[in-house]
Amino acid sequence: MKTTIGRRGFLAASGAAVAALGLPHIAKAQAKSLKIGVYGGYFKDSFDKHIFPEFTKASGIAVESIAEPTGAAWLVQLEQAARARQAPADVSMIAQTSMLKGMTVDLWAPLDLKKIPHAEAVLPHLVNKYPDGRIAGVGAVSWYITLVSNTKVFPAAPTSWAEMWDAKLKNQLGLLALVNNSFLLEVTAATFFGGTKVLDTDEGILKVMAKLAELKPNVKLWYRDEAQFEQALKAGEIPMGQYYHDVTSLAAGDGQPVRSTFPKEGGINDAGSWAVSKASTALDAAQVFIDYMSQPKIQALLSRKVGTSPTIPRKLTDLTDAEFAAVSSEIPPIIPRYDLYQAKEDWLAQKWTELIVG
Amino acid sequence: MIRTAPRRLVDYAPIAWPALMLVLFFVLPFGLMLAVSFFRRVPGGFYQPDFVLANYARFLTAFFGNVLGFSLGLALLVAVIAVALAFPFTYLLSRMRRRQQVPWLVFLLAVLSLSEVIIGFSWSTLLSRTAGVTNLLVLIGLMDQPVSLSPGFGAVLTGMTYQAFPYAVLVLYPSLSRLDPTLTEAARTLGASPLRSFFTVVVPALRNAILATVIMVFVFALGSYLLPQLLGRPQQWTLSVLITDQAIYQSNMPFAAAMAVFLVLVSLALVVLSTLLGQKEGRT
Repeated sequence: MKTTIGRRGFLAASGAAVAALGLPHIAKAQAKSLKIGVYGGYFKDSFDKHIFPEFTKASGIAVESIAEPTGAAWLVQLEQAARARQAPADVSMIAQTSMLKGMTVDLWAPLDLKKIPHAEAVLPHLVNKYPDGRIAGVGAVSWYITLVSNTKVFPAAPTSWAEMWDAKLKNQLGLLALVNNSFLLEVTAATFFGGTKVLDTDEGILKVMAKLAELKPNVKLWYRDEAQFEQALKAGEIPMGQYYHDVTSLAAGDGQPVRSTFPKEGGINDAGSWAVSKASTALDAAQVFIDYMSQPKIQALLSRKVGTSPTIPRKLTDLTDAEFAAVSSEIPPIIPRYDLYQAKEDWLAQKWTELIVG
Repeated sequence: MIRTAPRRLVDYAPIAWPALMLVLFFVLPFGLMLAVSFFRRVPGGFYQPDFVLANYARFLTAFFGNVLGFSLGLALLVAVIAVALAFPFTYLLSRMRRRQQVPWLVFLLAVLSLSEVIIGFSWSTLLSRTAGVTNLLVLIGLMDQPVSLSPGFGAVLTGMTYQAFPYAVLVLYPSLSRLDPTLTEAARTLGASPLRSFFTVVVPALRNAILATVIMVFVFALGSYLLPQLLGRPQQWTLSVLITDQAIYQSNMPFAAAMAVFLVLVSLALVVLSTLLGQKEGRT
């Protein structure tokens, strides 16, 4: 076989290469399209349906939505891509532990709050700041992990996280499998140790873990995959556990025999922030988007359509009592100790694995 | 066919392409993984190029030793069961007429096309209390009430064996269909029952093929990380599950790489050992 490249072929190939190299500049000049990463599945579907078309109409910026995986997987991809000066998404919804991790390597492009005027209303703890004060991210949505149960198996709703320790529940619970997504240390600390302060010391953490270990016989499934638990909960196969308030309420609305309860110790309040990869060339458009998303009417729309809790004070929105109660609670929430997952990540993960595997 | 030993560089040309592919898709990625396994973990962040042994040191504990031992044992058990089921099945299959063989082979290939996720979810439904097979046993009066069979060791073993079975059949098929039928005919003429001729003639004649299949299924099962986590309790999580946790959820690539390198080395050692044993026995 002859494999020499002809003159014509060479010209065509180099033309393509030049075009490819030139493309980023063209994209930069236009900046009329934005790649936005949101959690794949239900979240992305809701955003594609209710949010992105309206944003394009209002701003003239076209949106290409990217399904991002949960956990640190997306963070790892963004970080690897940024080393090669690529941005798989310009702006992404990033959970708090990942926000902190990204900040250690300066992954997030500093945002200019002057260009995001609506961010002023975002609750202060949901604005992520670099140690030197630069803005790394702005709260996108906030959500709750609550105590969920199957209404057929448990006619009466549980009232406290402590019920999970009840010996009657042997082999009936479904809990998240990892220390930094289940936040069960915080739950145990809030339920039995009067708050998460006990987690300040290693001895305190081990004490909380020992209490948590008592729960193990009751756990049938330690899940990483949300669909697996959701299905088992609906069927009554695993009738109680921890799960997302928004999705559970939605399933209940569809007539499934499930309920989500805010225990008296509070639901776990976690949040996602909008953050821009430093490799993105569309920072301006991304800031327009973040500003759009921080408006009270959009935050209210998210609560109604996606089931998330607003990242701005409730009184700024037009949510009714019933609408607010559907996505949040007056009971003070359990706030995850993100600082721990930053400072003691590997030690915690190791102790946790030994706890549930052992 | 003329066979002469390769003398000039050009005589090696035919293997250049496979060698290149091997370098590109195995040697390079493995080299990268090996390099990353010596990188320094940045707590709360990612990792930095360096040369440290901390990732290996962390692995050398009783905890990970147990997990490694369980993973190897589980993979071996899956391999032995899958081959024990697949060998007689493939033998019968290869004795069928060609026209009857084809649908079976197509069916097995169809099972191969199922993803691990689908297999995992299907088995967890099949083994559940609310919709599982025990409901059938209740229906025909063999059980009082349906029970849940998943998650647990049995569920993991079932799911992984199901997944490994078609591989085992497809690897055994060529050697079984090439087996000289006069061998069994001779055994039968000499008065052996079909079962006896199967065990005293067919199985020993194909000992090497069986060993090769066990090794292949073993290596294949060792990499399974979804089924143990979908169908198992934490006690049944294999080393591959923990590697995934480190890589995806803790973004601790150096430690994940160190564990993976260890797993590759241990399984390579086992494979080499068993092939050596097989050769030794073959010569006597």
